[in-house]
Amino acid sequence: MRTITYSEAIHESIDYNMEKDETVFNLGEDIGVLGGGFRATHDLYEKYGRKRVLDTPLSEIAIVGAAIGAALGGLRPIPEIMYIDFTPGCMDMIVNQMAKIHFMFGGQIKVPMVLRTVCGAAGYNAAQHSQSMYPFFVHTPGLIVVTPSTPYDAKGLLNTSIADDNPVIFMEHKRLYTSKGEVPEEFYTIPFGKADVKREGDDLTIVATHALVHDALALAEEMEKEGTSIEVIDPRTLVPFDKETIFKSVEKTNKLIVADESILSCGMASEISAIVAEEMFDYLDKPIIRVASPNCHCPFSMPLEDAYIPGKEELKEAIAKVL
Amino acid sequence: MQISDKNNIELLRTMKRIRTFDETCQKLFVAGRIPGALHCYTGEEAIATGVCKVLEPSDYILSTHRGHGHLIAKGGEFKYMLAELFGKSTGYCKGMGGSMHLASVKHGILGANGIVGGGICIAAGVGFSIKYQGTDQVVVCFFGDGGISTGFFHEGLNLASIHNAPVVFVCENNLYSISMTSKRATGLDKLSTRAVSYNMPGETVDGNDILAVYESAYNAIERARAGKGPTLLEYITYRWRGHHAGEAGDGLFYREKKELESWKTKDPIRRYQALLLKEGKITEEKIEKMEMDIQQEMDDAIEFANNSPYPKAESIIELSMLKKE
Repeated sequence: MRTITYSEAIHESIDYNMEKDETVFNLGEDIGVLGGGFRATHDLYEKYGRKRVLDTPLSEIAIVGAAIGAALGGLRPIPEIMYIDFTPGCMDMIVNQMAKIHFMFGGQIKVPMVLRTVCGAAGYNAAQHSQSMYPFFVHTPGLIVVTPSTPYDAKGLLNTSIADDNPVIFMEHKRLYTSKGEVPEEFYTIPFGKADVKREGDDLTIVATHALVHDALALAEEMEKEGTSIEVIDPRTLVPFDKETIFKSVEKTNKLIVADESILSCGMASEISAIVAEEMFDYLDKPIIRVASPNCHCPFSMPLEDAYIPGKEELKEAIAKVL
Repeated sequence: MQISDKNNIELLRTMKRIRTFDETCQKLFVAGRIPGALHCYTGEEAIATGVCKVLEPSDYILSTHRGHGHLIAKGGEFKYMLAELFGKSTGYCKGMGGSMHLASVKHGILGANGIVGGGICIAAGVGFSIKYQGTDQVVVCFFGDGGISTGFFHEGLNLASIHNAPVVFVCENNLYSISMTSKRATGLDKLSTRAVSYNMPGETVDGNDILAVYESAYNAIERARAGKGPTLLEYITYRWRGHHAGEAGDGLFYREKKELESWKTKDPIRRYQALLLKEGKITEEKIEKMEMDIQQEMDDAIEFANNSPYPKAESIIELSMLKKE
């Protein structure tokens, strides 16, 4: 099978869906002429024109608000917020409007839209361009939250997101855009709420998201040689959340590490740990260990950012605690 | 501007229906029959009535927390509105929304909003979608003088303007955002002057003069429909009641009684009724009959809302995420 990047996979899904459905359009900052900060919409402007790849002013509230309005008016918008760090400026639109309209109006109307945004620390962008604050959206009922870790998952899940009638937060990860993987040329979808067992193992379960999936897989590979068998599970969507696949794994391994780049306190690793602790307490031989960004802001200085980002080192320390 | 005799009567009837609905709701609230927050539109009826009279059924509106008048003027029915205010399953929003989130999508009413100014950017997007799809619809976005100071206003008007979207922004300036006066909040004599920044026409109009409202709204809506872009309309008015129905003494602890009394002499309904009587377009008997019919509609709505069941607890989860069809 051919190999393409995560960014190309996203691009391919948007392109296919725009071709197939006239109501699909994009709006955001520098997504048109420039092709998007991470190239996910490059050349679509030339192909579909400015009406469907709409460069907006620096107006995050209006990007999300107008996407909501366009969805109410019968379109399927794909708004892009350049960095997740810019979403606090339009949080009312996301939390009080986008997520609630279907519910508050008693199910009278759908808000089909996919808000694409970018998370993760990378490239020494410091405290305001490095966050993984999607737990805010997990905390908001009414939103689907998608976190693809591979090009294959990115294309399949974006296809599903664009076709879905619920509002979706599609979380892309900075350190993954140039990562490569096998992706079919044809159209396919991946259902929401279906975790993927990225690697089977018997001694320990690591539930990981985004870039940490790859750190966990690399570590599992290394530790296999030392005789430790690690199972790596990627939830792929945080809402809806597939707890069954994780429960099944914990039943087998009796040990769990949860690794996610959002901040430790009230972060996704904490939420997943709580879900498992509540229902699977009897199956756990050791306390659940969380691997997450520390409870502080992302620093600028190069060695400090490297130390800040949770990765293989932190996973190793966690493994040492449970094995 | 020429308005047909039939429409003259309709304008009066709609204003009276709004007055009856909200004054009844105020009483029901005080009597403990309506829970939560309730914001009455009494005194401001000419704006919703005049603006919505210009609209076609296929046009859209976005409303505010003080939105009952907008819904009624755009075709909302008393009984489903009141059932919603009672939290009943037969309400427009199945009891999930209440007064501040009333919506009736089939009437083009894309929702009241509990967030002041929250509908402004959404309206810009609805306008964009109309243009995108090439229909000749128009969207009217209502907001108050409080909404004009939000960031939503700036981003929404700018976006609508650069896309020449068919949106009419209607600022209902009732002079107070809760206790803060619009003059203190903006430093402006006319809020419509802000339109200049967004390269669109702006007009300030007497919001208690139904004919002036109708004419200005007609011009702005037809302009939008003709593809000439958005307009900002400011209607000066006054709310007779407090910010919300539970506010003691109709808010007279931050505004003067004589101010309220002077605005009551500018009652948009009485003004218009006197004009129609003077011009012989309606008779006292017909007005009496109109009022009796409206009261009957109100009484029927109360009975309907009273007799309706509360929603089942399961519906909270059912509506939390849209099911696949």
